[in-house]
Amino acid sequence: MSTQVSEASDAVVGTERRLNMIEAINEALDVMLERDPDVIVMGEDVGYFGGVFRCTAGLQEKHGKTRVFDTPISECGIIGVAVGMGAYGLRPVPEIQFADYIYPGLDQLISEAARLRYRSACEYIAPMTVRSPFGGGIFGGQTHSQSPEAIFTHVAGLKTVIPSTPYDAKGLLISCIEDNDPVIFFEPKRIYNGPFSGFYDKPAEPWKRFDASVVPEGHYKIPLGKARTVTEGEQLTILAYGTMVHVTEAVCKAKGVEAHILDLRTLMPLDIEAIEASVEKTGRCLIVHEATRTSGFGAELSALVTERCFYHLEAPVERVTGFDTPYPHSLEWAYFPGPVRIGEAIDKILKD
Amino acid sequence: MADRPGGAGGSNKPALALHVPEPKYRPGDTADFSHIAIPPAGAQPKPDEAVEPKEISALAYDLIRVLGEDDRAHGPWDPKLDADTLRTMLRNMALVRAFDERMFRGQRQGKTSFYMKCTGEEATSVAAAMALASDDMVFPSYRQQGVLITRGYPLIEMINQIYSNKGDKLKGRQLPIMYSSREHSFFSISGNLATQNPQAVGWAMASAIKGDSRIAATWVGEGSTAEGDFHSACLFATVYNAPVILNVINNQWAISSFSGFAGSERTTFAARALGYGLAGLRVDGNDALAVYASQRWAANRARANAGPTLIEYFTYRAEGHSTSDDPSGYRSAQEREEWPLGDPINRLKKHLIALGEWDEDRQSAMDVECAELVKAATKEAEKNGILGHGMHHPFRTMFQDVYEELPWHLEEQAAQARREREIKWPGVEPWT
Repeated sequence: MSTQVSEASDAVVGTERRLNMIEAINEALDVMLERDPDVIVMGEDVGYFGGVFRCTAGLQEKHGKTRVFDTPISECGIIGVAVGMGAYGLRPVPEIQFADYIYPGLDQLISEAARLRYRSACEYIAPMTVRSPFGGGIFGGQTHSQSPEAIFTHVAGLKTVIPSTPYDAKGLLISCIEDNDPVIFFEPKRIYNGPFSGFYDKPAEPWKRFDASVVPEGHYKIPLGKARTVTEGEQLTILAYGTMVHVTEAVCKAKGVEAHILDLRTLMPLDIEAIEASVEKTGRCLIVHEATRTSGFGAELSALVTERCFYHLEAPVERVTGFDTPYPHSLEWAYFPGPVRIGEAIDKILKD
Repeated sequence: MADRPGGAGGSNKPALALHVPEPKYRPGDTADFSHIAIPPAGAQPKPDEAVEPKEISALAYDLIRVLGEDDRAHGPWDPKLDADTLRTMLRNMALVRAFDERMFRGQRQGKTSFYMKCTGEEATSVAAAMALASDDMVFPSYRQQGVLITRGYPLIEMINQIYSNKGDKLKGRQLPIMYSSREHSFFSISGNLATQNPQAVGWAMASAIKGDSRIAATWVGEGSTAEGDFHSACLFATVYNAPVILNVINNQWAISSFSGFAGSERTTFAARALGYGLAGLRVDGNDALAVYASQRWAANRARANAGPTLIEYFTYRAEGHSTSDDPSGYRSAQEREEWPLGDPINRLKKHLIALGEWDEDRQSAMDVECAELVKAATKEAEKNGILGHGMHHPFRTMFQDVYEELPWHLEEQAAQARREREIKWPGVEPWT
């Protein structure tokens, strides 16, 4: 795994501290709670208990009950009060326990948070970061596996960010919290504890065996809107984010394919320059995401690549995605866009 | 598992029947509101502001009233305001009504696309705003223009917004009447109903987190209390003891649906408070003194960390829902005249006259003065343009403020809009 960490020039990688993604997210929240008295962390079970995934463990004890607290089970309430806190001047970081349960809060996100700056001509803003675990590969069934990012990238006024490593998770989350626009921060829960190759029959490896788990102490930022080059390659470009970054990397390694894999990190705003530069170099593009196919974010990526790199393309842009069905429980590995589906798509692109 | 009573076959039970609420009077009907219980003014007790909500549950089913049939103030809720304050209250309400009249006409004359009056409900925003501190944050719905006018927001700014002209502070982005003024602690109005309720609670929570002394107040129509956001707001308010006032304006109508569709047939809206452990008051919304006193009581309660309050203001939407609505299609034309709580401006006027602090001539002069003020502001605002006459904000502003900074895709779309403008309206107006 050759994760590069060169973007954050202000990062000091002095010690070899290795964290998993949960610890990195916890540390980002801790750093921001410490730095900015206006940062508030709240959500279902995030307070005393420290979160069902432990992302907020210890934060209430350290920062107090009025900075880190539990909420009623009400997603529209959680996001609605966060909008009001933002209007006051706080910087709330609400958690939605699973992305699958963000829908009751959609009216507040789409009609309110996303439009507040625009409709009030900057009188009021919603500087909030909604954290939410997302994605499948954990036998979560229909309501613990979804990837609803396309719902949010479609909304003018929202930013959507998805990390794929502990190092990125901390740096991106700090950037999101400091950003004055509302951000949806989706955490791929399949890779909370270690990267996932997609070869589900092989044992999972913990993050500490990978360089991307070296996480600096203190404050550092990874800019929003900038993709990360995962591997350099000339044969094709692969656009991915979240868990699928690791799956595509493992598949390419297994097949001996030299792909230019871009971890998009931020879907909105998108790093169009990095995408164009890569596709103009390789002439071939594969888009991979877990979310269902039709009207998924891959459709936007495919359209952009086709519109902007048409004369450089040597093969049609391909998409490997989840199927257009609800996420199944027992048939998880038949549904998940794993090595076979990705491998076939790579073969097809390279054949032309 | 139990059998159904009566069992399958041979049952003599009636078939289940769905109840669909129906208002008492439809177009052409004679309206008679004698079934509405109107308790005498002054009969309702005024509890201590730190009272436990369950101890005042009766007030959620009562109707707090101050101004009696004799035009005098009665009972413990009399706020005992001096004559100058009463005259200011009366003038604020008269100005709101004059403003509504002229803006409604402006819409009919094609100067703007849309307007909404608050006729008959002026007390529920004017008297309430006068009971709050000027920097208490308000999260209104679209029918609380009285708050802005009471807080001295310039009429010309309101009209600029209604006309979406080049003076509009909101840059023509918002539908008319969706005002916003941070300077006046008036939150940006949204078209999506009840969303402002949990936001107000969140603002109040923030104020408490910071150890501030400001409180929040929010308004919602009785129809919109059916939204899930209203439930969230009540719940979060009580869970965190947020310093917030939740005002429900029960004007009997949500466009064409009578309040029965929001649940009024079997309970009051104030009684919703009881299930949450909120203090609940039900108040005569056409009695400016009762509105003032109840809002002041709730504000004191919130400021003392004694908790949030839900207040139902019982009133009547005297006009159509909006300029796009014709109420003669769904309710009796007689309702407005028969409404038993009268008109809030008329009642306060008669009170001031009874006190010997006002007379009909001064009232007439004030009405003329308000109309002239609005007329002058309208003329001034029209210099900035009216809707559709081209005097709007520059095209590029359409793309600004979606995000703090313009991302590349909006830069590209702005360039496209610029090209289109040059083709469609060459040389009309500078881009930048």
